[in-house]
Amino acid sequence: MTLVGWLQISLTLIAVLLAVKPLGLYMNRVFAGERTFLSPVFKPVEWAFYKAAGIDEKREQNWIGYTFGVLLFSIAGFVSLYVILRFQDVLPLNPQGFPAVAPDLAFNTAVSFITNTNWQSYGGETTMSHFSQMAGLTVHNFLSGATGMAVAVALSRAFVRSHMTTLGNFWVDMTRATLYVLLPLAVVVALIFVAMGMPQTLDASVTATTLEGVKQVIATGPVASQEAIKQLGTNGGGFFNVNAAHPFENPNAFSNYLGVFAMLVVSSAMVYTFGQMTGNRRQGWALLSAMGLLLVVGIGAVYWAETSGNPILTHLGLDPLQGNMEGKELRFGQSGSALYTAVTTGLSNGGVNTMHASLTPLGGLVPMFLIQLGEVLPGGVGSGLYGMVVFAILAVFVAGLMVGRTPELLGKKIESREMKYAMLAVLVLPLAILGFSALAAILPVGLAGLLNKGPHGLSEILYAYSSAAGNNGSAFAGLTANSPWYNTTLGIAMLLGRFAYIVPVLAIAGSLVAKQKVPASSGTFPTDTPLFVGLLVGIIIILGGLQYFPALALGPIVEHFLMLAGQTF
Amino acid sequence: MLAQLRPAIVLTLILTAVTGLLYPLAITGVGQTLFSAQANSSQVMRGDVVVGSSLIGQNFTKDIYFWPRPSATSPDAYNAGSSSGSNLGPTSQVLVDRVKASVDALKAGGATGLLPADAVTTSASGLDPDISSDYAKLQIERVAKARALPAETISALVAANTRHPVLGIFGETGVNVLALNMALDDVKK
Repeated sequence: MTLVGWLQISLTLIAVLLAVKPLGLYMNRVFAGERTFLSPVFKPVEWAFYKAAGIDEKREQNWIGYTFGVLLFSIAGFVSLYVILRFQDVLPLNPQGFPAVAPDLAFNTAVSFITNTNWQSYGGETTMSHFSQMAGLTVHNFLSGATGMAVAVALSRAFVRSHMTTLGNFWVDMTRATLYVLLPLAVVVALIFVAMGMPQTLDASVTATTLEGVKQVIATGPVASQEAIKQLGTNGGGFFNVNAAHPFENPNAFSNYLGVFAMLVVSSAMVYTFGQMTGNRRQGWALLSAMGLLLVVGIGAVYWAETSGNPILTHLGLDPLQGNMEGKELRFGQSGSALYTAVTTGLSNGGVNTMHASLTPLGGLVPMFLIQLGEVLPGGVGSGLYGMVVFAILAVFVAGLMVGRTPELLGKKIESREMKYAMLAVLVLPLAILGFSALAAILPVGLAGLLNKGPHGLSEILYAYSSAAGNNGSAFAGLTANSPWYNTTLGIAMLLGRFAYIVPVLAIAGSLVAKQKVPASSGTFPTDTPLFVGLLVGIIIILGGLQYFPALALGPIVEHFLMLAGQTF
Repeated sequence: MLAQLRPAIVLTLILTAVTGLLYPLAITGVGQTLFSAQANSSQVMRGDVVVGSSLIGQNFTKDIYFWPRPSATSPDAYNAGSSSGSNLGPTSQVLVDRVKASVDALKAGGATGLLPADAVTTSASGLDPDISSDYAKLQIERVAKARALPAETISALVAANTRHPVLGIFGETGVNVLALNMALDDVKK
């Protein structure tokens, strides 16, 4: 670890912090339907959309109506993406002449993109036509992000309103998130990305004759436009097989900083929006502090583990100075790689600029663990916020048990109904992750996909289901996941991680919105103090993380000690 | 519920048109106009011939050129049509054997002392365009000998083609192998 490395990490994070307030305030205005500087352009467009779709902007929905909106929209997205992938051979913009995507892979990919997971069982440049990349994958990078934001906004409203049943209109919230937030940001970031060196062309490839006279076919395409929304919408589904490790998807250190910034900024600002909406900005900062604290520890842990290197290789006569360089790109260095690795998994982004499979055991444990904590650091756009509010509900409940008072969060009493839904949401992840991992670890179809032997093989399986259920999308890519078993079970894990979480969250919102907002009294446990931040961090680690320790002990932890002992497989 | 079918279908179609066609095509139009070189994949020309992309590594095997990092793409190294890392874990015997073979090959070529890690490890993409300045320095003698040029000349070229962090902070020190090798060829002429 170097001072300069930490400086690069800190400055990137500081830039995000500086953007949180203005973007948070702006999003608050957008979701309240107030006028913004983009209204003259987008208001007429918005109205035209509502007219065409038969939406009454003023008509709000209760939690059941809102949930149906989310589900129906996701189903429509799934069908449209599945059809595009299955028929890409006859659709336009297929300069590479790629065949239709196989049914199990099309199912997996469509689920992956509508759930904001963006797990890639395929290699982008060898599978997807430009049309599939643009009208298929790019679209759902926007829409799955906007859906998550809408759900978070609905939950936020439940803390503001009293004695009501409605939470807003899903169609309006989702359209506004797309038009006023994601699209303008994506346009700006995409153009900066092109200036930094990312290709943006409809050509399929450049054919070069190398200095040694060999023909080199370089795959290219509309990369920048997809990369921008891939980061902003915390999607992570890249244009190329190796994602943001590809020089076209991440040409230099500056595109790496901007990529990390773009990943973090919307999710972090959503937390500020939550504080602003609920009239308690300190609450927003408290949640953000808990997220930031754990994230910075994660970045530091990866950075430390990777610069410490792999002693097995060092013994062969390597200079330990560079650290573990297998699966890393020189232009990012260890600090840029560690920053990206921790942020992409603390968020539910899942893009990678480093091959996570080749990280040292502890360096690889961190991204896996950050996913298992429930993708709340600061998590996906919207999904990170509602995930964190669920943890906050659990935290006030535990605090309430300790002091013997009815728990409250932002003036809303947390009672058994909310607790049941919160526990339902929180328990879905370990069920999907550990359940499927256990099956894959004993079934021949599961073991057939492994590249690495020994404990690293178990890590490949555990990482895959963590990533799918956590809607992350990164991988220990030694695993050959493009098989019917993995495509199907990972698809189911993604659906559970997304919708078996969203439905209880909206049910909590439906329950809270009907309750009276009680003013804070001397007996109220304040939820915007450092004490609460500490409690929240504890709850996230104990409730979110502890259950994975037995599995982690058999994977990365035992591998760490075997590596130190020089054992190979 | 049925009342919500119409917005689900109509908004999916409209937003597909906006975010899936209008947006990427607009970025393509503006990008091609304002940043034509970058938008067209940063091609490197020699005369009328495209010799590569400044962002994408290519395989050099001859002694007269600086060599890049090992690459895990298949079927050949530096296959820019199918990016890939090795995905081998830290305790993989396959990884250890591969690194050992690279170390032995470099030592057989006259390398002594501790070897830079990037010289024997594959990058994440298999297309890393850069090598560390340590790995470049390690190759100066071989290239000088193969080209019958003084080592100082080659050394000066390496120094001139080394990229340093901006303001001493942002980015990493590295050498773009294609740029360095083109500069080498120019010396010959």
